Amino acid sequence: MSDIKLELDKRKTKLEKKMQNIMAGYYIDAKMARQNNKKVAWITSGGPVEPLLAMDVIAVYPENHGAMIGASKMGVDLCEKAEAMGYSSDLCSYARADIACCTVNGGPIGGLPEPDMLVCCNNICGSVMKWYEVQARHFKVPLFIYDTPVCHTDYTPEMKRYVEAQTREYFQFLEHETGRKMDIDRLKEIGKNSVEGAQLWQETLDTTMSRPSPMTAFDAFFHLALIVTLRGTPQTLEYYRELRDLMKERSQAGIGAVPKETYRLLWDNLPIWHRMKWLSDKFAEHGACLVADTYTSAWCGIKRELNRDDVIASAAEGYTYSYLNLGTDKMAELVLTMVDKYQVDGIVMHSNRSCRPYSFGQYDLQKIVEREKGIPSLMIEADMVDDRSFSESQVATRIEAFIEMLRQRKGA
Amino acid sequence: MKHLEEFRQVVNQSFGYARQLKKDSGKKIVGYVCSYTPEEVILAAGAHPLRILGTKETIHLADSHLQSYCCSLVRGILEEGLSGRVDFLDGMVFPHTCDSVQRLSDIWRMNIPFGFHLDLILPVKLDTLSAQHYMVDVLQKFRTDLGRALQVDITDEALKKAIRTTNAIRQSIRAIYELRSRNPRLMTGTDLYTLVRASMIMDRDRLNILLAETVAELKVKADREKEDTSLKRIILAGGICNHPDIYPMIENAGGAVVWDDFCTGARYFTELIDEGAEPIARIAGRLINRVVCPAKHIDLDGRARHIIRLVKEKNARGVIFLLLKFCDPHAFDYPDIKKSMDEAGIPVMLLEIDDPIPAEGQLKTRFEAFLEML
Ligand code: SF4
Ligand code: SF4
Repeated sequence: MSDIKLELDKRKTKLEKKMQNIMAGYYIDAKMARQNNKKVAWITSGGPVEPLLAMDVIAVYPENHGAMIGASKMGVDLCEKAEAMGYSSDLCSYARADIACCTVNGGPIGGLPEPDMLVCCNNICGSVMKWYEVQARHFKVPLFIYDTPVCHTDYTPEMKRYVEAQTREYFQFLEHETGRKMDIDRLKEIGKNSVEGAQLWQETLDTTMSRPSPMTAFDAFFHLALIVTLRGTPQTLEYYRELRDLMKERSQAGIGAVPKETYRLLWDNLPIWHRMKWLSDKFAEHGACLVADTYTSAWCGIKRELNRDDVIASAAEGYTYSYLNLGTDKMAELVLTMVDKYQVDGIVMHSNRSCRPYSFGQYDLQKIVEREKGIPSLMIEADMVDDRSFSESQVATRIEAFIEMLRQRKGA
Repeated sequence: MKHLEEFRQVVNQSFGYARQLKKDSGKKIVGYVCSYTPEEVILAAGAHPLRILGTKETIHLADSHLQSYCCSLVRGILEEGLSGRVDFLDGMVFPHTCDSVQRLSDIWRMNIPFGFHLDLILPVKLDTLSAQHYMVDVLQKFRTDLGRALQVDITDEALKKAIRTTNAIRQSIRAIYELRSRNPRLMTGTDLYTLVRASMIMDRDRLNILLAETVAELKVKADREKEDTSLKRIILAGGICNHPDIYPMIENAGGAVVWDDFCTGARYFTELIDEGAEPIARIAGRLINRVVCPAKHIDLDGRARHIIRLVKEKNARGVIFLLLKFCDPHAFDYPDIKKSMDEAGIPVMLLEIDDPIPAEGQLKTRFEAFLEML
């Protein structure tokens, strides 16, 4: 048993290295784009990237960059720079960090490669549009807005017409910017890979259904980078196949991510990038495993429609009907399904000062989950990148009190 | 001013007024939260549009639904709903504007038992043909949805009549703004605020008459009175202003607000609607062409150009930006607009407003310092 564990742990470390290498290679490629006569597009995390790949445009994600800035604890410095430029400290810290980073080429990788175009899909929030407007002025490059109307209750025929028209406009925009024709067959192929990547990612996340869970949400936050930045590439598929198999083996061998898994928890909202290790240790210490989260699973849902024959219609619906673009009650329904599916004992909610669309509605979500499933929740006040308001001692105390409550409930 | 007292009463007792109006006229009352709501469609349904703008009461219910980092406008609107103070409403309309209003709509729908609930998911960008088509589509849908909720058929004729009404209202308010811009002594800033605020509350037919009479009255007054050229002419910009106390502070410091770029001010009455066939398309046309709100996209520098144009046109010496705390769309725009102002040599003061606003003494000093500089 311990032999297997050793072997699987080794493979896990190797895979993590691989991920880091893929990401490093990806950023090097992106930075060399100019030399290689390739165009660079900046795109939002939930945006339609497949057409960019089909056009050989390198897609760069300022939000992923924001996450790296947060994880390397460079967020405060950059956020303060943005504030000195006049940006309010209440704005999304991904945006603040990115806007400041462009003026100083700072951050963990010395800034992102300059964009030739910007592609902004507002299916996650309205902040991205304002942020991309700032960047369009700064870099003086064209901005394409893929406007996905909010589906509070449904995706209406009016929306469908509008978004489908925009998919066609998006193709025209790219054709104009690259001087090439959109290759629909290639796009379909990439779309297929995207769907497969999302499926593999879902299968990976689903390995946490077993007890003990072979991975935690913190692992998922780490491994997410590829499905965000390189979905639709064969490399990504291969990576997630390996990851899924590894997690399956771990679960078959009964190897848990957390020693003596006692409590299974669900995470809501973005990760707190600057306290990943700290939080992961804190929960593990108490035998609490964060088995699932609403954030990384968002990249599974988006793709549910993408494999239909009609690329335009399926992309439009897939991208519009995405998690943060739904009504709070719809989001709650999904959370309730996850509570059952992953058999969780409680929910940890990151009330994220940076992100209003994700955070407003959490109090209602909390009440719904308590009412429908009778499980308790913990609310942690933080910000995903900017750690100025984060109090370790306060959060630690609250986590301990929460675990104590779980313990008593389990005992009862 | 003859009608000022009536406007004041309406503003001070807005909900009492609306309740009474409902009782007396039998009209359905439809609340809404943003100046992109097409009032014309509500009027054409025979209902009364009432804009809800935060609250003056203490917040104690909304806090269990919204975190501390939410703007006071959204928090205040929710408080009015949860407290039942607006339970006379027959329905509420939520146009999509910012992320906070997006979630407000959900929270309202999930928690407020009275009245129907309608989302109006307008396009966020306005600069493409497909967005313009969608604008028309979604207004048609709104017409159908609202008609169903109110059980009336909203006819083209009724829409055209409503358009005539709102056009007349907008023309009158603009005329008042213009008269006052020429001679700010004609009317205090607070009174102007009261008048504009009242026009979002009051029965529109009555309002129309009162405004027309006010314009006539001010014209006579303008002819008689000499302009005061000593005043430091200021433009206010930002999201909304629900703080009439700001005006006397600026005035006492020797300034005069001669125009604004608020959605509770000039943005509300700019652009008329073409009167003619296909009224819905014409309403859509106005929503696309009116001065843009930063929660929407039409171009990259239109707002900066608009404010600079206002400064020139109105012969103003500086701009005071009132930004509501936690308002993302405005906060994102501000630094680049400020840069454009600097380049154009226009002095700018920024005031971040939270509810309640900073103590009077503190604000007074800041206004004085700014006006001194001009
Ligand atoms: S964190 Fe929230 S506000 Fe910021 S870009 Fe992401 S979805 Fe938008
Ligand atoms: S636009 Fe700004 S002030 Fe208006 S509701 Fe949204 S956040 Fe609040």
